[in-house]
Amino acid sequence: MKHFSKLISAVEITNKTNDKIAAFVEYFQTAPDKDKLWLIAIFTGKRPKRPIKTTVMKQWCMEVAGIPEWLFLESYSTVGDLGETMALLLPEPTHHIEKTFSHWMQEIVDLKSKSDAEKEGFVRKAWSGLETQECLIFNKLIGGSFRVGVSKKTLVNALAKFSGIEANQLMHSIIGNWDINEISFDDLLQGEHINYDNSKPYPFCLAYALEKDLTDLGDVKAWQVEYKWDGIRGQIVKRNDEIFIWSRGEELVTEQFPELVAAIERLEGDFVIDGEILALKDNAILLFNDLQKRLNRKNVTKKLLEEVPIGFYAYDLMEWNGNDMREQALAERRSLLESLFTAENTSNKTLFISEIITAETWEELIPIRAGARAKDSEGLMLKQKNSPYHTGRKKGDWWKWKVDPLTIDAVMIYAQKGSGRRSAHYTDYTFAVRKDDGLVTVAKAYSGLTNEEILEVSRFVKKNSIEKFGPVRTVKPELVFEIAFEGIALSNRHKSGVALRFPRISRWRKDKPVEEIDTIETVKQLILSPN
Amino acid sequence: MKLIKFTKKGIYCIPGKFYLDPWFPVDFAIISHGHADHARWGMSHYLCHDDSKAILKHRIGQDISVESMPYNSEKTINGVKVGFFPAGHTIGSAQIRLEHKGFVVVFSGDYKVKNDYLTVPFEPVKCHEFITESTFGLPIYNWMKEEELQQKMQDWVLNNQARNRTSVFLGYSLGKAQRLMKLMEGMGEIYVHTAIHNINEAIATTGIKLPATKKWTAETDKKEVQNKIVIVPPALLGSNMIKRIPNAATAICSGWMQIRGNKRWQSVDAGFPVSDHADWNGLLQAVKATEAEKVYVTHGSQAIFSKYLNEIGIPSEEVKTEYGSNEDDTEAEPKSKQAS
Repeated sequence: MKHFSKLISAVEITNKTNDKIAAFVEYFQTAPDKDKLWLIAIFTGKRPKRPIKTTVMKQWCMEVAGIPEWLFLESYSTVGDLGETMALLLPEPTHHIEKTFSHWMQEIVDLKSKSDAEKEGFVRKAWSGLETQECLIFNKLIGGSFRVGVSKKTLVNALAKFSGIEANQLMHSIIGNWDINEISFDDLLQGEHINYDNSKPYPFCLAYALEKDLTDLGDVKAWQVEYKWDGIRGQIVKRNDEIFIWSRGEELVTEQFPELVAAIERLEGDFVIDGEILALKDNAILLFNDLQKRLNRKNVTKKLLEEVPIGFYAYDLMEWNGNDMREQALAERRSLLESLFTAENTSNKTLFISEIITAETWEELIPIRAGARAKDSEGLMLKQKNSPYHTGRKKGDWWKWKVDPLTIDAVMIYAQKGSGRRSAHYTDYTFAVRKDDGLVTVAKAYSGLTNEEILEVSRFVKKNSIEKFGPVRTVKPELVFEIAFEGIALSNRHKSGVALRFPRISRWRKDKPVEEIDTIETVKQLILSPN
Repeated sequence: MKLIKFTKKGIYCIPGKFYLDPWFPVDFAIISHGHADHARWGMSHYLCHDDSKAILKHRIGQDISVESMPYNSEKTINGVKVGFFPAGHTIGSAQIRLEHKGFVVVFSGDYKVKNDYLTVPFEPVKCHEFITESTFGLPIYNWMKEEELQQKMQDWVLNNQARNRTSVFLGYSLGKAQRLMKLMEGMGEIYVHTAIHNINEAIATTGIKLPATKKWTAETDKKEVQNKIVIVPPALLGSNMIKRIPNAATAICSGWMQIRGNKRWQSVDAGFPVSDHADWNGLLQAVKATEAEKVYVTHGSQAIFSKYLNEIGIPSEEVKTEYGSNEDDTEAEPKSKQAS
């Protein structure tokens, strides 16, 4: 495991992406082929099923380290990661075991069919012969996810640098169907098992935020106006009966959206379309947080498919039966898209075509934009009808015209330490507004504060904790924050009776005393009068 | 009669009529070491170890009334025998031993049991009651050997030099900075921030020899530090002064870096678990060596560590003090005080 451990150390000792890529390239130049295959497998979710329950591992660790459970739990709540907690608690190794990474992986795969006693023997023996860093890796390989601040995209970029093969092709190769025992490292990189011509995506065309006066845009009729949706931008590629879904980050996310693949299968012809993946249930758009549940998962369960169904809003068409359409005018591409997304094809509640808003004057669009929130939209998109499908971000032809966020002033009442890289500080907060003589929670939010502010809030939390419920601290209601959000709706699931869409901290209102926070009544008024 | 009492102003010796590391102004303060949360401004009179005297004057004021004495010597104050023993925390850090009518109390101040080859190594002192810190009082904190740590850090510097990068270490000006200088001795030219330079000068007056350094200020030519080693106080993280350093690779040096998440939360390259406090086993080893019948646990993980001591049969109690401003972002020393 020497090579692998060295790679992980090298990746963790820098926060520069180029250095991380260099460390991977060095690994690809020196490690055995089988190890490299396992590395790719692990980073692409092709990992063996967890052979041992974490509760059992925890029990063994407490025994080996000789500590009581409460002390283990205190340690875990400080570290925020189970595999790392165990690695830190285990005593120093008595000897050193050196096996290749693939050897370890094979042994972990073989554990599945072993007895409980054999599993225990294997883990305890490994722990007695591995350094802290190797122990951590070992624990991570057995269970849980392996996160080292390296995305699939970074791995692909490193492979591209190492091999000289195009990154998107490598993305297809490593995501594609391959078996570690049946393919060589070279064949995997060369894409022997795939046909890249079928999956090759186009760079997305991106819009800038509107920075001009509407009147400077000329005649409103020269523009295609649509709602702007806050989901995951996606590109669907269908060629020779193969279907691929690319995300904007140039990752393949096909397997995460099986219902979308099924809906696309029914469409005739080959094409590449651009659109937005949204979590859609009973004609309502769910929170972005819900949509995120569908990402970064090896398996999308039936339960999850029912809980968070998705829909696709098609924006544009870049390729049609093998012809690159990007230089054609948007109006032409749109009519092709409409011929593909017929009423019949969109009747399944998964595929939709982005609705076009017609207006005679720019003024007519102003109330429509203001009302966008009621449709769970972020605002409007303005696209020049004669524009090509640009490569990347280009100013002038596509504009996003978002609505301003709604805001309320609320007081922090609970705080919790983050997990992973945020585990040292109180970063997750719950906010409340006034209701009668008391307070009622309205939102949870993480982001929006600077590191310095988080330190300051953390210090406040430590000094002003009232109660402790597991990792959650009840704090003196004193710190007031302005919470921004994209929408608000009545909700039976929430104690306050309202659900906020995409809440985040917009600023710390140090100037505001807690007496001046919003009441639940004023918050509810926002539903009735958007903007 | 009781020898000590925990008061709002600090730890008070009843018959001796003096305080240990008080946080409010008092007449007579005995100081364990020069960190700002232990040696505070406003005392009428200070007593500290010989090697801390110049540091106290530098940090609190040249005109303060301060006397000092060496390790393993004794002074009687109002019938209480006061002695200093090495704490191994920073240069001039001392455990304070109090004896009155045969009853002995030892206040640890801050300490580490591992030898850093710079400070006088920690020496356990038998006592009836022991007042211990608990900054790293969780079993996840176990420091690697000094040689292993040095190897890791030097490898990082070598790698930076090979890539034409300047190695920037963040460490408190008193203690951590000198430790880093020692760890980096022989690795090339070492530049230190003015705050560190000034502390180094104060230390030099005691006759202790520190590795050679150059002063790094806002006026220092950017090219001059390229590929070299620069040590700065942590408060400078993210400041323009650090941004001026060409091709910098930055490293936080603190015991908190034992946990991966703590490093990733900061926008730095590397994190090295360099601590001047005792780790979990160090704390246990120190407590056991005192053979104390009662252990008071102060700043850090006091609730956890005292609970554990009680479970293993060592009567213990947690005590609230004003030491260690923050359990997370500093090592017992407030960030703001360091900027000076």
